Amino acid sequence: MRAAGVFLAVVAALALQTTLARYLVKGTVAIDLVLVAVVYVALTSGPATGLLTGAFAGLVQDALSSPLIGIGGLAKTTVGFLAGVIGTQFIVSQPLPRFVVFFAASALHAVIFMGLYMLLDLRNFGTPYAAVAAQSTANALVGVIAFQVVELLPGAVERRRAAKTRLRR
Amino acid sequence: MAILDIRQRSGYLFLGVVLGHILLISAQVNSKSGVPLLEVVTFGVFSELQRTLSGGVGGIRGVWGNYVGLRHVKAENDELKRQLAAAQITMQEQRALADQARNLQKLLELRNRVALTTTGAEIIGAAASPDFRTLTIDKGTRDGLRPDMAVIAPAGVVGRVVVPSPRSAKVQLLIDRNAAAGVIIERTRAQGVVVGGGDDRLQMQYVSEASDVAVGDLVVTSGIDTIYPKGLPVGRVESVEKNGPAFKRIVVKPAVDFTQIEEVLVVLTPTPAKEAAAGVSE
Repeated sequence: MRAAGVFLAVVAALALQTTLARYLVKGTVAIDLVLVAVVYVALTSGPATGLLTGAFAGLVQDALSSPLIGIGGLAKTTVGFLAGVIGTQFIVSQPLPRFVVFFAASALHAVIFMGLYMLLDLRNFGTPYAAVAAQSTANALVGVIAFQVVELLPGAVERRRAAKTRLRR
Repeated sequence: MAILDIRQRSGYLFLGVVLGHILLISAQVNSKSGVPLLEVVTFGVFSELQRTLSGGVGGIRGVWGNYVGLRHVKAENDELKRQLAAAQITMQEQRALADQARNLQKLLELRNRVALTTTGAEIIGAAASPDFRTLTIDKGTRDGLRPDMAVIAPAGVVGRVVVPSPRSAKVQLLIDRNAAAGVIIERTRAQGVVVGGGDDRLQMQYVSEASDVAVGDLVVTSGIDTIYPKGLPVGRVESVEKNGPAFKRIVVKPAVDFTQIEEVLVVLTPTPAKEAAAGVSE
């Protein structure tokens, strides 16, 4: 059941990335929704689920867009594992720590992804510090908002039910 | 580092998965074959999902645009846009023909005068990863698409087909880091190569320091790359700087706004250079 949920989350992130991002994202600002989903799953489910989710999501993403399958998978596997370890060892339940984790995960992903491409002499990324910082910030904001929304939704439903019950009385 | 104790179950799993990835990457790097089968199959399956989602989004947008908004004005506007797009394509062809007429190599010009045969395609998806600049279109091998066919828009060059599946195809945009095209400055005929940088600008490389290039010059395809037909607009020179003793550093603003395009044309006619190369190989 959990695996199905993770699978659906990754597919939904991929679908949003490939379909809606074209209408929402302008210019050079780029959000990696799949990476956000991997870090989210890792923080909530631990390192094993995190790394498997990262491997699956990264490989699918590679197969869809990259000329070389595996680099994105390796980067997301590593990020998923480390985010899962951090999620189990530290209290990451407030927006600021979550922002830091998402930001660091995005930066680490960029370092591994671009580093491997440059190491294999397949692509030249120039000096992408500003782009990586912007993408990490955007990913972190989306990740924190996703956590807030997911956590607020069940409470909101219960509050509505309670309010209706009070009105009936 | 107790928190990174690799002897735990997840640690062994992590090592196994990482090792699997490294083997996967190594196998591909060593291979000189074409597109990996996994890429074609995955892309083919996922493009169907993209097509469905794009249809849903398109349907919602269509309902809003046609029935809630100004219905007749929208339809008229669409028709005028189609007519304008057709006129701009015709103008591009005329420009290419005029360039050829000015060229002294008349024998080659005669072969280049063949009108472009194109097929229209709708964009149904964007890249799955923000590090790659690609689009998915709703035409594939069933419509005659093949790898390395040029993709153009009314404003100019969009990119090339890289992975065609039966009912869709992946298009590598000219601004992708791995993309390149042979170009010339229309005013002075200075030759060079534009390469993508992964952002929304192009770099024109290998232009001699002695060449006459000015800000605002129109950059058009040269046709020597065997992918893009000659004379199609690529962009305008945005800045020119000295780059070492031999070459200029030229930044080109693409003619096409890649965030706004909805429909493209795929050039089905082989370029004269490609035909010549095919003839030589035969």
